[in-house]
Amino acid sequence: MLTKRIIPCLDVKDNRVVKGVQFLNLRDAGDPVELGARYSAEGADELVFLDITATIRSRQTIVELVEKVADNVFIPFTVGGGIQTSEQIDTILRSGADKVSVNTAAVETPNIITEAAERFGSQCVVLAIDARRSKDNKGRWQVCVKAGSEPTENDVVEWAIKGEKLGAGEILLTSMDADGTKAGYDNELNNAVTQAVNIPVIASGGAGKLEHLYDAIADGGADAVLMASISHFGNYTIKQMKQYLAGRGIPVNL
Amino acid sequence: MIVIIDYRVGNVRSVRNAFRHIGCDVELSNKSATIDKASGLVLPGVAAFGYAVNALGPAAELVQKAVSAGKPLLGICVGYQMLFDSSSEHGLHKGLGLVSGDVVPIPPGRTIPHMGWNLVKLPDDMDLFKGLPGEKRFYFAHSFYSDVTDSEAKVAYTDYGFDLPASVQKANIYGVQFHPEKSGKSGLKVLQNFAEICEKGKGRC
Repeated sequence: MLTKRIIPCLDVKDNRVVKGVQFLNLRDAGDPVELGARYSAEGADELVFLDITATIRSRQTIVELVEKVADNVFIPFTVGGGIQTSEQIDTILRSGADKVSVNTAAVETPNIITEAAERFGSQCVVLAIDARRSKDNKGRWQVCVKAGSEPTENDVVEWAIKGEKLGAGEILLTSMDADGTKAGYDNELNNAVTQAVNIPVIASGGAGKLEHLYDAIADGGADAVLMASISHFGNYTIKQMKQYLAGRGIPVNL
Repeated sequence: MIVIIDYRVGNVRSVRNAFRHIGCDVELSNKSATIDKASGLVLPGVAAFGYAVNALGPAAELVQKAVSAGKPLLGICVGYQMLFDSSSEHGLHKGLGLVSGDVVPIPPGRTIPHMGWNLVKLPDDMDLFKGLPGEKRFYFAHSFYSDVTDSEAKVAYTDYGFDLPASVQKANIYGVQFHPEKSGKSGLKVLQNFAEICEKGKGRC
């Protein structure tokens, strides 16, 4: 059986790794190439790089960055941020990424998921969903786009189901409410989505303690846990996270 | 020199980086003259099967010719799946037919794609796994799997609720459903073993 995956996330802005709270107040967390190589060597199961500037100019920069990262990273890595076309996906994959995540473009043109899945295979198409708790509908979440800045009419659970049907191979589910708070993942959200789809779900947003990782897997049903703050700022090593989870009976690749 | 067949699909760069990392001379190419000079060939693949087969185009024949001349071939992921007779991913597509079997969907009732690190039981008599202990975890990412029917092929399996073929070996044909270039140290060892197989056949890697 598969192990649960520990995935550090590197939000990249102007060639630096940054980390904010609820998508705001960014603070510097280091060099993406160095940090990527460190996580690969430390035994992370995968890496995620998100270009949070995502302008046309930054897209060219991210290709160069992906090439540099790929030289030193021998674990799978996903790249996302501002990707809009199959051609861009092709470029990113050819630069050395293993998967590409789409977010805003998929909401605007859902067919990009199908097109990419047919061309590159579902396994490298990650649907990234930024979810915010709905103020009007209790127990529901709204899909937000453009780095979380624009709420849409889409319901997160329905969008996840649709994304799977369209051909996404994985869902990267970020709780905007929990992001950067270190108060724990939104496991109600994780549970709602993992119950609704058959593809793997990566829980993201809110990891602050080791037990949060366990909760996202055990209570949230997540196949993988994404974290940034707790790994970048040296709170815990990847090995400590895995040893903790293994100690609580979660299968991990130690 | 090992030649990675470059058919402009998916992630060939990572495979090249991994071979470079272990000190091998590698080149990306789909040209007949370069393939002729190779000590071994790698058919990588991050793509849907049909797209990959179409993109491979005339290079398919070059690969088949090189293999029948005895050159070692390593298929990775979709490149592994292409070793078989056919695949039913997004329509029915013909493979290279080097190993008997068909590529079919992973049966429902589990998370699909099969994505992540799974434990592969490594038979002693498969050359790709020389020097590795009885079982190791490798990184998988796929929704279809090979139903191997070839009686001449040695097969290594992983457990995904059923015995899922993770690797085959038939004479000079080698294949891995997982990504050795993305499986940390164990994966690099598999590539090192393939490089050594190539070296025995013809010059250095």
